[in-house]
Amino acid sequence: MLTLADLKIGEKAEIIGFTDEILSLKLLEMGCLPGTEVELTHLAPFGDPIAVKVSGYTLSMRKEEAATIQVKKQ
Amino acid sequence: MKRPKIALIGNPNAGKSSLFNTLTGLSQKTGNFPGVTMDKLTGIWDLEPEIEVEILDLPGIYSIYPKSIDEELVINILGNPLHEDYPDMAIVVADASNIKRNLLLFSQVRDLGIPTVLALNMIDVAENQGYVLNSLKLARELNVEVAEINAKKGIGINGLRMAVSKTLHNLYASNDALPLPVEESLLKDIQDKFGEADPYRSLLWLMEHDRMKMFNQEQRETFDELIEKHKFSPKYYKSAETVKRYEQLTDVVEGCVINLNRQWDAVPIKTWTDRLDKIFLHPVGGYLFFLAILFVMFQAIFTWATIPMDAIDGGVATLNHWLKEILPDTKLTGLLTDGLIAGIGGVLIFIPQISFLFLFISLLEETGYMSRVMFIMDKLMRRFGLNGKSVVPLISSVACAVPAIMSTRSIGSWKDRLITILVTPLMSCSARLPIYTVLIGLVVPEKNTLFGLFNLQGVALFGLYLLGFFMAIFSAWIMSKILKVKERSYFIMELPTYKGPRFKHISISILNSVKAFVFEAGKIIVAISIVLWVLASYGPGDSFNQVEINVKNQYPALQGIELSNKIASEKLENSYAGHFGKFIEPAIRPLGYDWKIGIALITSFAAREVFVGTMSTIYSLGGEVEDENATIKNRMRAEINPETGKPLYDTALGFSLLIFYAFAMQCMSTLATTYRETKSWKYPLIQFGYMTTLAYLAAFLVYQVLK
Repeated sequence: MLTLADLKIGEKAEIIGFTDEILSLKLLEMGCLPGTEVELTHLAPFGDPIAVKVSGYTLSMRKEEAATIQVKKQ
Repeated sequence: MKRPKIALIGNPNAGKSSLFNTLTGLSQKTGNFPGVTMDKLTGIWDLEPEIEVEILDLPGIYSIYPKSIDEELVINILGNPLHEDYPDMAIVVADASNIKRNLLLFSQVRDLGIPTVLALNMIDVAENQGYVLNSLKLARELNVEVAEINAKKGIGINGLRMAVSKTLHNLYASNDALPLPVEESLLKDIQDKFGEADPYRSLLWLMEHDRMKMFNQEQRETFDELIEKHKFSPKYYKSAETVKRYEQLTDVVEGCVINLNRQWDAVPIKTWTDRLDKIFLHPVGGYLFFLAILFVMFQAIFTWATIPMDAIDGGVATLNHWLKEILPDTKLTGLLTDGLIAGIGGVLIFIPQISFLFLFISLLEETGYMSRVMFIMDKLMRRFGLNGKSVVPLISSVACAVPAIMSTRSIGSWKDRLITILVTPLMSCSARLPIYTVLIGLVVPEKNTLFGLFNLQGVALFGLYLLGFFMAIFSAWIMSKILKVKERSYFIMELPTYKGPRFKHISISILNSVKAFVFEAGKIIVAISIVLWVLASYGPGDSFNQVEINVKNQYPALQGIELSNKIASEKLENSYAGHFGKFIEPAIRPLGYDWKIGIALITSFAAREVFVGTMSTIYSLGGEVEDENATIKNRMRAEINPETGKPLYDTALGFSLLIFYAFAMQCMSTLATTYRETKSWKYPLIQFGYMTTLAYLAAFLVYQVLK
């Protein structure tokens, strides 16, 4: 299963689901809704955390958190 | 009439603090929420002629469902109409450039049954991104008063005034429908057991009862039984509710926002934020820029701040000198000058550094750069049980641990914040610098160079700073293994758009920090200084009073400054402080210290910068000496160890003392600040305990190995 953590810089994908129940609420509230487009825009040095463009703003999260977001490439 | 209370609610970075500053200006007051480790910021706003309202600034949140201890505070107030801070109405500040996510919180607050006004901020940012908002339509669709504001520039405040007045007079709340229906019988059960309430509020109680202080154990068990009985899943409901709200808000927003980008099918506009992030988040360039900022910051703290600091120091000394001349030479004068005024001076001297530090920190925060620093540092810091957000306090504490600990407030996770607070004082602060200088001068030869490139003394000084840093992160790593806190650490964080700073907000922020330091930590520092003065100026029994006569009898040849210095040092030896020094001598002997150093350790417990001053008193030094440091160094160098007949301050003792001062917790201001920030005596005690133990063991080891 492809997750947000697998994307490369500049790649876009669509959120399809979550694997962590507790994190998913936080992510939903931050606008990471199923069906929304996300774009990986920045990687911190050493590749973690990552920054994505979602719902019109930039959101950063750790790689392990991104790995709980399932995505599919458009 | 009682002042109506208005709560200011909004997402972090939505402009809530800007609006709060604009509305209340200098009428702000910091207080405490009962039983919570958070500051309560309130201020007065002149709503209408003769009508003042109290504005309560609540922590920034994304939803009413809390994820951290700080966010809990908001539902404890908004979910409990009997809470003393429960507002009459709320202003939800929303970032128009990110309208959907901001409206999520708005819709939740309104459904709690709180009359609400929507303040749309950053409309210019939204328009720059190509979105035009029809706020009249939005107001109709949401059935709420909407005010367009620019919180930074203070535009649209009169429109907000009208919207708030209207809402305050009518106090109309929301419709009673739940965002997502639940079984009628569940709501009825909650209302039977806990009384009539808004349905959405009842559900909040049911889902968050463990985090709400208004319920006791028995009530919490009742809630658990109800959840069991109705097979209700709070986790599922919250997620489904959030998705549902977003669906509804998408419909509303689609009708109220014109997307120019889509209409003209233009290329997405490249914003300033995108361009700047290319530099600031660059794997190499990002670090270089951060280092450059650090360099300027240290320059300010160590160079520019010393000018006003010297002025304060000199001013206090002149005042004391003058007072001693005009006032009669009594104990009371001594208490006023050497006790009270010297103590206040010890507080005031930190103001320039604190101001500079908060100037930089609030500048970095206001512009949005700070979250980029956290972003690039998170991975490194996490290895040691810290957090990207711990970087700022650790850097700040090279100047002073007090403002550094205050700046940990931005760390959302309580565990990460606590560890950061506890290890921050291990970083070598500016008060350690004079001690390092004197002792390094004593034990490290000046001419030796490492590979002919570096001055060995400089290398030693740099080594001490590094040692402090490594000990801080090492202690953090140990603590992260020991501390058990039931909280998940998150790094899901918005990287806000870059914004220009506002001078007024930065000055208010500096003013508030300085005020907090002077009045909160200052009280304790002054109290301890007075106690120390008493201990050093009085002694048990008759011997203390006889010192002057005895000295004159024993050393009839002494005169002038030499005589008064001899008397001062004999008095110190016979004072309570002197007796304490002798009392603790057996304990510090293994570290190589005698009772004289013992006195210095005791007096510098309250503030380590006292060390050099105490040493000069002990070694009968004083009077008008130009370079106090160099002279005390020579005097200490001449001190002979009575047991060995060799110089007392040899390499072993010198390094043992250096290590002790690098690690020991000798700063009342820091302990007072830790108490203030954690609202518990437990943590300052832990901090004091582990640092002093560490200092003792490390100094012992160094002395025994080098001896």
